[in-house]
Amino acid sequence: MAIIKGFKGGVHPPYMKITADKPIKGVDVPEVLYVPLSQHAGAPAKPLVKRGDKVLAGQKIGEIAGFISANVHAPTSGKVKNILDHPHPVAGRSTPAVIIEADGEDNWIELKEREDYLNTEPKEIVEIVKEAGIVGMGGAAFPTHVKLSPPPDKPIEFVIINGAECEPFLTADDRLMREFADEIAEGSYLILRAVGAQKGFVGIESNKPEAIEAMRKAFSQFPQFEIVVLPTKYPQGSEKHLIKAITGREVPSGGLPMDVGVVVQNVGTARAIYQAVRYGKPLVERVTTLTGDAVAGPGNYLVRIGTTFRYLIEKTGGFKSDPAKVINGGPMMGIAQYTLDVPVIKGTSGIIAFTEKRVFLAEEGPCIRCGKCIEVCPMFLMPTTMAKLIKAGRFDDARKIGLFDCIECGSCSFVCPANIPLVQYFKYGKAELRLRK
Amino acid sequence: MPKKQEERKLLIITPSPHIKSRADTRKVMWTTALSLLPPVVAGVYFFGFHALLLIIVCVVSAVASEWLFLKARNKDTSAAFDGSAVITGILLALVLPPKLPLWMGAVGAAFGIIFGKQVFGGLGYNIFNPALIGRAFLMAAFPVALTTWVKPFYWRFPPDAITTATPLALAKFSHQMTPYLKLFWGNVGGSIGETSAFAILIGGGFLIARKIIDWTLTASYVGTVFVLGGILWLINPQKYPDPLFHVLAGGLLLGAFYMITDLVTSPLTRKGRIAYGILAGILVIIIRLWGGYPEGVMFSILIANAFRPWIDRIFVPRRFGTGRRPGGKR
Repeated sequence: MAIIKGFKGGVHPPYMKITADKPIKGVDVPEVLYVPLSQHAGAPAKPLVKRGDKVLAGQKIGEIAGFISANVHAPTSGKVKNILDHPHPVAGRSTPAVIIEADGEDNWIELKEREDYLNTEPKEIVEIVKEAGIVGMGGAAFPTHVKLSPPPDKPIEFVIINGAECEPFLTADDRLMREFADEIAEGSYLILRAVGAQKGFVGIESNKPEAIEAMRKAFSQFPQFEIVVLPTKYPQGSEKHLIKAITGREVPSGGLPMDVGVVVQNVGTARAIYQAVRYGKPLVERVTTLTGDAVAGPGNYLVRIGTTFRYLIEKTGGFKSDPAKVINGGPMMGIAQYTLDVPVIKGTSGIIAFTEKRVFLAEEGPCIRCGKCIEVCPMFLMPTTMAKLIKAGRFDDARKIGLFDCIECGSCSFVCPANIPLVQYFKYGKAELRLRK
Repeated sequence: MPKKQEERKLLIITPSPHIKSRADTRKVMWTTALSLLPPVVAGVYFFGFHALLLIIVCVVSAVASEWLFLKARNKDTSAAFDGSAVITGILLALVLPPKLPLWMGAVGAAFGIIFGKQVFGGLGYNIFNPALIGRAFLMAAFPVALTTWVKPFYWRFPPDAITTATPLALAKFSHQMTPYLKLFWGNVGGSIGETSAFAILIGGGFLIARKIIDWTLTASYVGTVFVLGGILWLINPQKYPDPLFHVLAGGLLLGAFYMITDLVTSPLTRKGRIAYGILAGILVIIIRLWGGYPEGVMFSILIANAFRPWIDRIFVPRRFGTGRRPGGKR
């Protein structure tokens, strides 16, 4: 085990992992939960309940609707108040959500525990994961069962467990690795079994020595896995760059990790898989980092899906100063919120509340062609050139030089001395091209 | 905190990323201006008060003409103070003869800013280095004044004996070599800022350390002149000057650290910059050895400037997941 070279490009933002030493703490179940039917990439789930229905914790309330979709479960017991559009932390608008009035009992459905869970058949693991509504918990929320069922012509050689957590401020994965390494290890083994891979890697950035130690200990019982310490550099946790750093393989442009024989799963997802396979527990809660200079009680919290940002912040001591910006996710790729009524969803890796002091509002200046954006682009694109093409309305030309290869990591915008919002142009260009199709 | 207070203020929405490095255009520009201090000090030391006045006049003229142009076009006039016009003014003065009449410096700076930069759209849009455009204009307009050089510490000489030739001219037209040490410290005739290799290395080293300029471009430019000059010298040492002389004499080092590395007019990628430096280096040798002028730095950079868009089109990085390794496998 040695520190490996990593990938070319990327940036070194200030890490600000101020909550790294805060153990994971549970938060009370709120009185009302807003559970969006779409918390994942792909088609929204089809609601299975209606207004007035009584539900139990863990009961399926939204059913998978399409190949890329995921089940949604009730996070606690209570009554369905309504199914209405509610602000969504990722969609940037309101989407249908099941609103549940908790009864305070937190009664669960009967969970099916397995004795010899580590020997569960691969097909069954995938089925359990699908039933439990598990999606990628690193942020992108891609339905996990889809990733675990590669087509027969794409054999999986390696499983990579993603514990890089390269986003500044976020520490939820770090804490999970320190506190639940054994569960992550067993979940990782189940992933390995499910896809029939022979070898697994766990990638962790070098700035998490405690997590590395805990994981090394936990994974010692699974010799198929190797712990890889990665250089601390953003965006090391990007799927493509993790694969590149560990295996040397490049996911082809427009392709998927399975095209190079790899499946990547986040540590939180691995733990959710463990809980689903061993205890039959669906994904109704997650660990999220609450941080930023506006909150009074920064920390890592275990919260039920559907808990509003407002409730979580109030329960942990509220704001210590006026928040000016609230972000779902990390500061590099997260999404600024217009209301605190948005709920924590399966992909909410963190909530950051910044005061005005930390909000960066500078006017866009002319490009001085310094080339820094090209230097840091981990996808080896020409951000400044693409942005100029998009500004000129030449979307097709931008696509030809790799617009859709952009992973929106934000490295280019981060370094740009002219404060050009490059990522914003790319998001706009992609949206424009998608509309034209 | 009471809820009401928080409700009153709306949350700010911006696209990601929500944090930013400290890099800033103005900071880049002012740091570059600061890095010009060593050559400025050396120039004033060797060429006296008039050189200082000429630098000041060029800076004032550059900033003023930028401000006036922006004002006339109803643009944001604060851009005149972003530091880039100051750099143009200083750089122009540094490549002018020390005793040049002040008004000529003012005209050159205004020409460089207006026709070298503002007519293209201002900062970031110019094709050619504005300071060199200013100098090229003066060279065409006042050829005699632009080739009249004075000795360092000229005030110590009788008034009718202050002029001299530059080391390059001495080598080219009278086969007379100047000692390296004099070239290194700058105790020779030449433009205000070009004579002291020592001062340029300090300022340029600072720019490289601050990662404002790409050292590979400086290296490829100087390296090409050195290697090509060296080959020719080996072929015929009687006819051609040695490579170290090529590097130390004339404006090569000033051009290599401060002119060719100009962010706006140089290529975007490192590979492109290396090719660009090689092209300009070849041009320096051609002009110095076979051209009509003793010095080729200015024209080498201006010509390379013209090739820059083409170089940018050729040297494009290989996109992740494409090219060399089909299927992405090693």
